[in-house]
Amino acid sequence: MSTWKPLSGTQAVAEAMRQINPDVVVAYPITPQTPIVEFFAQYVANGIVDTETIPVESEHSAMSATVGAAAAGARAMCATASQGLALMWEVVAAVPGLRLPIVMPVVNRALSAPINIHCDHSDTMGATTIGWIQIFSENGQEVYENMLLAIRLAEHPDVLLPAMVMQDGFITGHGVENVEIFDNDKVRAFVGTRNPDRYLLDVEHPYTIGPLALPDYYFEIKRQQEEAMKHVKKIYLEIGKELSKITGKEYPYFESYKLDDADAVIVVLSSTAGTAKDTVDKMRAEGKKVGLLKPKLFRPFPYKEVRAALKDVPVIGVLDRSMAFGAYAPVYAEIKNALFELDKKPKLQSYVFGLGGKDIFKSDIEKAFNELLSGEVNSEEERYIGLRG
Amino acid sequence: MKEIYEVRMHARAGQGAKSGSQLLAESAFKLGKWIQSFPEYGSERRGAPTVSYTRISDKRIRTHEPIVNPDAVLVFDQGIAGSVPVAQGLCEEQGILIINTTKSVEEMKKITGFNGKIYTLDATGISLKLLDVDAPNVPMLGALIKITNIVPLKIVEDVIKEHFLVRLGEEKVKKNKEGLRKAWEEASS
Repeated sequence: MSTWKPLSGTQAVAEAMRQINPDVVVAYPITPQTPIVEFFAQYVANGIVDTETIPVESEHSAMSATVGAAAAGARAMCATASQGLALMWEVVAAVPGLRLPIVMPVVNRALSAPINIHCDHSDTMGATTIGWIQIFSENGQEVYENMLLAIRLAEHPDVLLPAMVMQDGFITGHGVENVEIFDNDKVRAFVGTRNPDRYLLDVEHPYTIGPLALPDYYFEIKRQQEEAMKHVKKIYLEIGKELSKITGKEYPYFESYKLDDADAVIVVLSSTAGTAKDTVDKMRAEGKKVGLLKPKLFRPFPYKEVRAALKDVPVIGVLDRSMAFGAYAPVYAEIKNALFELDKKPKLQSYVFGLGGKDIFKSDIEKAFNELLSGEVNSEEERYIGLRG
Repeated sequence: MKEIYEVRMHARAGQGAKSGSQLLAESAFKLGKWIQSFPEYGSERRGAPTVSYTRISDKRIRTHEPIVNPDAVLVFDQGIAGSVPVAQGLCEEQGILIINTTKSVEEMKKITGFNGKIYTLDATGISLKLLDVDAPNVPMLGALIKITNIVPLKIVEDVIKEHFLVRLGEEKVKKNKEGLRKAWEEASS
């Protein structure tokens, strides 16, 4: 039986981890750490899970210890955010090449400087090119379900890649909402246990992990990593279908909201997509045909499917909660990329909003929609929402 | 009642506005409502002004914007009322402003510039008497639920017990419930 609980987004992640019951959870509990491991540590202390927790002295060590445990054959996890992700970067970048299926919840927060720990997507947008699967979540419910999906996806023998599961710092991370936690037995049966075909502690079958690969083999190994990434999309849908049997929900690459007949569409990730849905409903009631596309699976990016969904939309605005200084903002760049193959391309506009936790309101999104509907857009210009002059 | 009932709480860090917002939301959750409770995090240190929000609805809540037009505003410290625009977005016809103060409604009207319905309550006095600390959140909640009727007293009492029993023990739970009830009795609906 499922249970409804009033949970913060970080508690929802901890609930998923409780049901996953990993062998090892590594934690470095200091700002900007999130309460995820704190909640999880209570489950450990109360004997609700039989996970071994390893406190370490830095985020760099946290990911190092997680790698060690995963290489040994354990299901190992850690959680991070913001500067924490930045500090563990060296090891984070090594995980995909090691082909270790580590699932790491990341509560999206800004990067210094200036010092700021509030919500934006700068932390994980800096990690889009190194081979982690990335899934973004709108609210506590989604982040809980995405965690369950991610563990199976990462550990699938045709994938064996690490996955980051994102939610918006503070906005959903510390915000309490209704979350449906699904039946323990069913979820535990779904997530199963990790059964690696090779691991370091299997002394009967010794193997090497993380060796030196000079110019003769490095390229080939990296090419294999890309091949694994290519499998992700298909397996994501397969595992999503299996999860649907428990949750009754669908797990598409992205959510389309009132998109089909839309004159203007906004693309936006995570919690702001919820605010945008309310804006869409308000404007629809006033006769303005607007819609929303919310990417969920961001790495690998579903170019073909996004293109098919957006091909008939006259004008599209992409709202990014991070910048790619000197280049198009990260989500905008992907949408622009996805549409290149079309003969008749939609008009495009890039908007950046909410850096360092700057609030975004329905009225801001409505203003952007109206600008899109007016056709006054410039695909080469980056515009800013909520920025003081 | 509009589709989503929205409450904003202004306090100083340490006065328990975050748990106040959460206690209210969890009480509504027990009634089967959709809820949202979230604080605005500044560079929080004891004494700094804070804001917490609660949404209560019969329908799933999707928006994640801060509350712009609250139905009710709670001010946990009268000193804030002079420096923070506590009544911003509050409708003068239907809106409700509840302030923890020993000052009169007339005086608070002048300070806040709000000409709608203001209720005053010595929540700090209640808290100091019962718990020997300035934790006005629970009495403020008592006044809110009496005035607005959004959740029954009994449910808030249950939630207080669930929240505080392990952390604070039976005696403090009893005192908190007393504070809730005292404010509930004193507040005129």
